[in-house]
Amino acid sequence: MSFSNISISQLRRQLLKGEITAIALTRSCLERIKATDAQLNAFITLCEEQAMTAAAVADQQLANGQGGLLTGIPVAVKDIFNTRDVRTTCGSKILANYVSPYDATAVTRLQDEGAILVGKLNMDEFAMGSSNENSAAGAVHNPWDLSRVPGGSSGGSAAAVAAGQVVAALGTDTGGSIRQPASHCGVVGLKPTYGRVSRYGVIAYASSLDQVGPVTRSVEDCALMLSAIAGYDPADSTSVDCPVPDYMDNLNAGVGGKKIGLPKEYFVAGLDPEVKLAVEATVETYRRMGAEIVEVSLPHTDYAVASYYLIATAEASSNLARYDGVRFGVREDDGSGLIGMYQQTRSKGFGDEVKRRIMLGTYALSSGYYDAYYLKAQKVRTLIRQDFLNAFDRVDLLLTPVAPTPAFKIGALMNDPLHMYLSDIFTIPVNLAGTCAMSLPCGLSREGLPIGVQLIGRPFAEADILQAAYAYEQASDWKERTPPLR
Amino acid sequence: MKISQEDVAHVARLARLSLEAQELETLTSQIDAILGYVDKLNELDTEHVEPMAHAVPMSNAFRDDELNPSLGLDRAMQNAPLSGDGCFMVPKVIE
Repeated sequence: MSFSNISISQLRRQLLKGEITAIALTRSCLERIKATDAQLNAFITLCEEQAMTAAAVADQQLANGQGGLLTGIPVAVKDIFNTRDVRTTCGSKILANYVSPYDATAVTRLQDEGAILVGKLNMDEFAMGSSNENSAAGAVHNPWDLSRVPGGSSGGSAAAVAAGQVVAALGTDTGGSIRQPASHCGVVGLKPTYGRVSRYGVIAYASSLDQVGPVTRSVEDCALMLSAIAGYDPADSTSVDCPVPDYMDNLNAGVGGKKIGLPKEYFVAGLDPEVKLAVEATVETYRRMGAEIVEVSLPHTDYAVASYYLIATAEASSNLARYDGVRFGVREDDGSGLIGMYQQTRSKGFGDEVKRRIMLGTYALSSGYYDAYYLKAQKVRTLIRQDFLNAFDRVDLLLTPVAPTPAFKIGALMNDPLHMYLSDIFTIPVNLAGTCAMSLPCGLSREGLPIGVQLIGRPFAEADILQAAYAYEQASDWKERTPPLR
Repeated sequence: MKISQEDVAHVARLARLSLEAQELETLTSQIDAILGYVDKLNELDTEHVEPMAHAVPMSNAFRDDELNPSLGLDRAMQNAPLSGDGCFMVPKVIE
């Protein structure tokens, strides 16, 4: 049974009518994973037994006419989410043996709605990376072209959904880690507004920027997944207590009369010509559908990557201080004392990119450099957020590319960290501003690689993004294209 | 050079990382390149700009002082590399 092009809503109708069962659906997911994951390496851990047990429960509920938004739907989550009694490695050697004692709130909410967790997805170590090459579990391969990266850091999430291994997945996005892999794998990825989804139980990278979001085949599925996970959580003091709309309502409201802004700083040299063409064609589609297109300016765009790599690394250096071989994770100890144990544990447990960011962040926070680097970056962050708020005085949405190029070859940027950082140039500003944005498939390159377009909304206006994205999806057929992977 | 190998070695000690000679050399040149890039922030006059720590303006989040269920000792300790008598065990701290 292939379900890779069937929406969650359709699957739910079939489940409710008894045309399919949760057990059959889950089994077909597990079979698809087994048939394809030697090529993709999207999964770090499979939860086969738990999944089949949960599927049996789901079938019982469905037979009784009970169940939630996602009853019987097989999903997987990035290995950054704590999942009770299931290993959570965060793509790191230092957590190779860590079994979560509790569930992340986002995982609990998916399971409360009846979703079936089939496994934990590969990722860049501690969510640090743009290619999913920095994983202790090995690189993930792009299902559209196995010689290329799927993007990162939620590369496993995007590859698994694109390849039809699961119906939907969760990722996290600190500087583009949902949107950039979604773009490279031809799926829908949403980074909600900071505070919209609880971060409780999500292993922290940069706490003022991290946000949880869905990766799905379609916009409607994205709306459904967001409805399941969004909302205030007393366990996350940075989650925001404001009402969650029903994101499935008014999805077909259209874009007539909407104002869409094109930030001129995002259409510059360095943008791949095929990406530029695909994004421009998307703009034309929106114009035809009745949206008003205006040029806007986000004047501090060029400073976002510099600001981000100081703030994110500073927060990371603090967050990752907890991996010291004392309370959890792997310990390395040659008997040279406590400090020696800390140093060996961390030096052997962390990979190169994680060490690089801890070092940069420690430097930016260290005595004598704090004002010049960290404080300066925080002030520039204020200017970047203000750019967005000013633009949203004039327009309802912003439309930009997601990544400057389609997916690059595995290994191409591994020895050039700065170049790798610059591949997030269009996604990072949104995290600094704290607002919401989606990557939506909008084309294929001549080489058959997916291209994504980014829709950016006002803070907490995820519904605006979903409506505009749905309109485009209805007017195009990218959703029907699937990777050549067998 | 914005940063020397000695600076990098000092930061490594602060971060509790021990770096091999080759790692130290590579990291010094990479961090130097990144610091050279982030220098562009100095093109901006931010004298009268407030720093932004969070996207959501917020003050302390308090809850009522009520007893809630917690993880429990066994679950909290289940991942400890070394434990005994309900304590995390570490190498000797004081000689």
